[in-house]
Amino acid sequence: MVVAAFTWTEFAQQLAAGIREGSIYAGLALALVIIYRSTRVINFAQGEMATFTTFIAWSLMNHGLSFWTAFPIVLAIAFVGGVGIERILIRPVENASVLTIVIVTLGLALLLNGLMSMIWGGQNRQFHGPFSTRTIDVGGVPISVQDIGIVVTSLALVLLLALFFRYTKLGLALRAAAVNPDSSRLVGVRVGWMLALGWGIAAVLGAVAGMMIAPVVFLDPNMMQTILLYAFAAAVLGGLDSPVGAVVGGILLGVTITLLGRYVEFIGSTLKLPAALMLILVLLLVRPGGLFGKVAVRRV
Amino acid sequence: MSLLELRDVEARYGPVKALHGVTLSVDEGELVAVLGANGAGKTTTLRAVSGTVKRDGELTFSGARLPRRAEATARAGIAHVPEGRGTFSELSVWENLRLGAYTRRRGNVKEDAARVFNYFPRLEERRDQQAGTLSGGEQQMLALGRAIMARPRLLLLDEPSLGLAPLLVTEIFRVLATMKSEEGISVLVVEQNANLALAHASRAYVLEVGRVVVDGTSDELRKNESVRKSYLGY
Amino acid sequence: MKVKLLLEILGFVALTAIVAMTPFFISDFRSREFAIVGMYFIALLGLGILTGYSGQISLGHGAFMAIGGYTTAILSVDGISGHQLRDIWTIPIAGIVAGLAGLLVGLPALRLSGLYLALITFGIAVSFPQLPKKFEGFFGGTSGKILNLVKAPFGLDVTPNDWMYYLTWGIALFLLAVAWWLLRGKTGRALQAIRDSEVAAASSGINLAFYKTLAFGISAFYAGVAGALYAMASAYVNPDTFAIILSVYLVVGLAVGGLGSLVGLIAGAALIYFLQNHADAVARWLNHLPAVDLNPKQPGISSLIFGAVLIVVMLLLPTGAGGLLRRLLGPLTTRLYTRS
Repeated sequence: MVVAAFTWTEFAQQLAAGIREGSIYAGLALALVIIYRSTRVINFAQGEMATFTTFIAWSLMNHGLSFWTAFPIVLAIAFVGGVGIERILIRPVENASVLTIVIVTLGLALLLNGLMSMIWGGQNRQFHGPFSTRTIDVGGVPISVQDIGIVVTSLALVLLLALFFRYTKLGLALRAAAVNPDSSRLVGVRVGWMLALGWGIAAVLGAVAGMMIAPVVFLDPNMMQTILLYAFAAAVLGGLDSPVGAVVGGILLGVTITLLGRYVEFIGSTLKLPAALMLILVLLLVRPGGLFGKVAVRRV
Repeated sequence: MSLLELRDVEARYGPVKALHGVTLSVDEGELVAVLGANGAGKTTTLRAVSGTVKRDGELTFSGARLPRRAEATARAGIAHVPEGRGTFSELSVWENLRLGAYTRRRGNVKEDAARVFNYFPRLEERRDQQAGTLSGGEQQMLALGRAIMARPRLLLLDEPSLGLAPLLVTEIFRVLATMKSEEGISVLVVEQNANLALAHASRAYVLEVGRVVVDGTSDELRKNESVRKSYLGY
Repeated sequence: MKVKLLLEILGFVALTAIVAMTPFFISDFRSREFAIVGMYFIALLGLGILTGYSGQISLGHGAFMAIGGYTTAILSVDGISGHQLRDIWTIPIAGIVAGLAGLLVGLPALRLSGLYLALITFGIAVSFPQLPKKFEGFFGGTSGKILNLVKAPFGLDVTPNDWMYYLTWGIALFLLAVAWWLLRGKTGRALQAIRDSEVAAASSGINLAFYKTLAFGISAFYAGVAGALYAMASAYVNPDTFAIILSVYLVVGLAVGGLGSLVGLIAGAALIYFLQNHADAVARWLNHLPAVDLNPKQPGISSLIFGAVLIVVMLLLPTGAGGLLRRLLGPLTTRLYTRS
């Protein structure tokens, strides 16, 4: 089952690749968790929203803008888009069953996917990222600058968000609206807009994840689908209501399946996702709330 | 002119009508009690004021029409401490208090928090603890503290004595009295413990099946025979 | 209460009559289409019992359909020790095999709740198509298995499509009656109690583990039967026959049909079939509106329309077709009760 020919250099490279993959999952998983905490819904359109904004970035760059010029513009568009989607599509059904809201997000995913095919076509595209693809020597191991850039950018964003949630009045209001919307209203928090803000932030996270991963894989309408599945897995692993869990889960998952895929021949590349699933299922049997999540005890 | 005026207010939970025309008022600086048995509509009355239940009728606050939505009534200067306290159990004590001051743009939040800690020293000890880990009495203090942070003009209190030890209840009402005199806050309190309520309130209303059946000063109510028999126990 | 029962029986009889008569009014090809709608309906009945009644969300029921489909394929092509089984007899077996798989999944599912369960079952749906690729000998790998074409039995003078229609809808109506009977009794009440509050149900003495696992098993059985029928109709199974997206479509059908409704699920089944196969028709219809100029053949248009229709349907009918039915018929029937 185990592949021979193990070298420390390759291991380090696989580890780096795993961390890079993991940081993408972490970003998207965090987006999912933010939306889950506030609206109790899994946003199945998170991946398509991310791909859509990445396409917008590509179009802007195609019209001559540099990556870092297009970057804030795309983030702004993503934010407004996220807020808009919450207010227009989710608000009307926010009191309906979870299933109904989930179907709306599924519909949105299909719609966005179709729209992308219509506007940009289904062929693969090169996306020129901001980081060079050359490698640098880290303790004897050649690591790609791009990988480092992706990890640093993703984690910097996560850190910024953590600071925002912890130390600002608005961040506190967002957290309050998520844990206790009724009491939040009583202290004057506009809960509806907090939910919209959550969606906006999630859309921004998705946009960054998309723009980070697009240089590595090709840009096409289905780019984020597999990544979204891994992000689901990471969010579940970390605990659906734990932002910390999403990040830790993402990195852990990325590293684990990269290493498993490389070193366990039975799994190879075809069974990476099922393997991830199995691991998480086993974990959930032991800890039903994921690594950091809470299993709600409800009073009857 | 009263601070708060309700006239023929009706409220419903879906198809079920809970208030059938409630008329009451609260003047500036008053502590008014709402009494009644379970299901009489006391909690619903408070919810009608804070905007957390659908209601019809005339509601005026400080001369203007009371806003419909809860967020807006909070900004208008009404603080509601609901049944069950409504603390943000996953957030810390300090964060709970901070949220109480959400609507305030000016004013030093730290100073106000210091005043709350003055009233309730035990809260200061537990400043960074998760609110959900506090005891029932401490959560009540926290809920009240959160309301104080908003520097409200009207405080709506739902069953402050529920589930609390008598000493603690006395403490809370003592703080209420101080708040009334020092900060000029008016209070509308719902209480099942009628004796306690009448001891502190200047006026009271008795609700039955969603309507006011008796009202008057505390003295008048204490002398009222049916009130005595049904709610005061003697 | 007797009035309600009478109405329900009358409704069922009317439905049976409509189903029996329909093939006379439609083309042979349409019979096949309606048959497939019937298969989705059977699968949705099962999913409805699981999610609508016991409250457990499964985003992986396509896998149970695949199990049923592959069982039928293997039994009718490879047979047992070389003896091929007639396709019809494989249907109950396919159901039972899928049902057992459902029980197997239901057991660990007891530990998971809400969206955790949904995502794990979704993971199952995603992972499942990989299995036939990995174990090629048994499952026929990516090329799959080819079944014998369906033929009406006993030399009956019915076209294969019409036969499929009657077979499918006959089974569907039977299983609908079974589901209805199960749900109006003790089982149904137990499941609903569990859905509304597990803690309360448990403290009332309901054996959570038994009923929740049972719900999984029954729903998987239904899905397996649907899968078997689908395999027969396609005369072909490979990993793509029961694709990942199928599980998603099933949940869509359930939402559109209405949680807690049985007959409404027919609407859900019809919608998923229609949107998958006739999205271009919707595009052409939309072109009648001013300022709309869609190319029905453009790539992405079918996804766009599917998604847009889903959103619109859910925004307009959050409780699905079943909810609409209840809203329309509810006032009628209550008036009947109060009079009697």
